[in-house]
Order: sequence, then C-alpha cells, then structure tokens
Amino acid sequence: MSPRVIGLSALAGATLALPLALVAAPQENGLRNPADFASIADRNQRSAAIFTEMGKVLTHPRCVNCHPRTDRPLQDDRGEPHMPAVVRGNAAGTGAPGLECATCHGPANVAFESGVGSVPGHPLWHLAPIEMAWEGKSLRQICEQLKDRRRNGNKTLAELHEHNAHDSLVGWGWNPGEGRTPAPGTQAEFGALTKAWIDTGAHCPA
Amino acid sequence: MATGFTLNGKAVSFDGPPDTPLLWVIRDAQGLTGTKYGCGVAQCGACTVHLDGRNRRSCVTPVSTVAGKSVTTIEGVRGAEAEAVKRAWIALDVPQCGYCQSGQVMSAIGLLTAKADPSDEDIDHAMAGNICRCATYVRIRQAIKDAAKAVAA
Repeated sequence: MSPRVIGLSALAGATLALPLALVAAPQENGLRNPADFASIADRNQRSAAIFTEMGKVLTHPRCVNCHPRTDRPLQDDRGEPHMPAVVRGNAAGTGAPGLECATCHGPANVAFESGVGSVPGHPLWHLAPIEMAWEGKSLRQICEQLKDRRRNGNKTLAELHEHNAHDSLVGWGWNPGEGRTPAPGTQAEFGALTKAWIDTGAHCPA
Repeated sequence: MATGFTLNGKAVSFDGPPDTPLLWVIRDAQGLTGTKYGCGVAQCGACTVHLDGRNRRSCVTPVSTVAGKSVTTIEGVRGAEAEAVKRAWIALDVPQCGYCQSGQVMSAIGLLTAKADPSDEDIDHAMAGNICRCATYVRIRQAIKDAAKAVAA
C-alpha cells in the first residue's frame, strides 16, 4: 500500500470517529441541509448540531469581519485589521465624521481598475453594533448571544430567521466581490438551517 | 446611456462606460487634474472629492453611481470651511511634495463640514485614510485646528 493510500485510510478512520459521522458530508465549500441531521435522534443534540453547521457561516470572515470585538472592523480572508484604520464612529456603525464607511464603500462591489481585487459595497454598509460582536467567541457563546434580545437587536427567533434568510446585507456574504472567499453554501441554505435550528428548540452546542 | 451629474456647480454628462471611475471622468474627460491618482484601491485618499458634500474616494466610484448627484473637486470647493482650510494650509506651509495635498484638503474640509470643532481623536479618525509620504501629518493636524478656530471666530 502506498503512503498516500495509507494516509487516506487514516483520514477516513479519523472522520468516522467524529460524532457527526452519520451526517452526510457537504459539498465542497457547502453546507449540509437540515435533512442531513435527521439521523440524530435526540432533538436537543440535533438542534445543537444544526447550529454547529450554521457556525460555518457565522464564524466565516465574511461575517466576523463586521462583527468585531473592538470598534475597528476586520478585512480579507485572514481577518486582518481594516486598512485604513477606520472606526465605528457612531451608534449606527457607519464610521467617523470625515471618514465614513460610504467614503469608500458604495452601493455595490466595485472591481479595482488593476483587475485584482475589489472594494466591497452595499447600500447599508455598516458595522454590527458592539453588543453583537462575536469575534473570538466560541460557538456556544455566539449561539447564546443570538438568542438574547438584548444582544441581537431585540429580534425574536422568527425575526432572526428572517434576518439570516433574507437580509440583503447578510446576503452580501455570498456575493463578496473579487478577492474574497464567499461564505459557505448559500443564504437559502443558511436560512433553512436557521429555521431547522429554531424548530428543534434552538439549542446551543456545548 | 450618458451619465449626468453636477461637477463644481455645473451640469456635465459622460458618454463612456458606466463603470468608468469618477476619477478618470474628472481628470480625463473634464480636464480637472487637481484630484490625484494615488493607489487606485481606496487606500491613500489622494483622489478624495465631495459627493453631495461628503468625502468620497473617486478612484472606486463608478461614474454611474453619481448620476443626478453633486460632485465637488479641489478646483470648485467653496464655503467658510474651505476658505479657512486653504488659508491655514498656506499659513503653515503644510505641503512638502504636495501630491497628496488636494486629497488632504478635501478630507479636512469634509471633516470640518461634518464636525465644526474636532478633537485630536476626531482628526486622527477622519484623516486615517489620507496618506502623506512626506509625513506632513503634524502640520495637517495643526492646520485643521487653526481652520476650525477661524471658522468659529
């Protein structure tokens, strides 16, 4: 047996040892569907597993970069501090007087003239409020935060689903422009997972 | 389809591709070369203009997005804040090589228009996106303070 085959066998064995081994594997850079979690009999565990899948989106740079724990956003796929060194600036998170988000970010992504990269854009481009920061937090902490109306923009779970499934600024994460990796899956899949998580009791992973 | 907008108070029209950067329209089509090309990726601030009175980097602004709006460049900027900033810049001899300075001046005017009495922190935050390779930052900050005082006097 070649070293490569041995390595693949070991990898397969390690995969089978994971708790979610019975859950169907997603497509590359994709998300599993709610139905893929039907094999988890315990409702609470199923709910937590679905949230863990949602976490692939929530902890992706396309989301975390604008949910920072400081007043400075992050950028690119490595989550580097935003350059220039812009700040939250106001309660709406639209930047400081004289250097607002809209100084550079327009209503849509704009490819650079060089042909390499782009400046991202959306009509409502802004930083998430500091109470919605989840940079550096565990999935459980993010989960509890998302259910806490003092820290989720006073949203009910139904409103949270609507936000995840249809908000166009959230949707930008899957259309981030040249030079940025899109969030995994699609917004529709993320919305379906959110609904399934809520429908199973909105339990959080340990 | 042509894009129509107001440039320094005059109605203008651009017949080229709608994704043409506003910077090229200002410099090449309108011949106003005070606004500079620096980095082309919204990192240096040399191309700063005012879009409906607020600071905007023209290198990443497709001309289609300014249709019906008012664009002001260094050649056309007017008003109490603009005059005070220009006088302070001259009094302190702020520029060294000068290449970035039209962007610096436009950002400073935009700041004072939005916030009449900026603190050091306000100035740092507003000017963080305007790079000066001659490092004239100390004079820039002082000139903004002097201009704010002059407007308030």
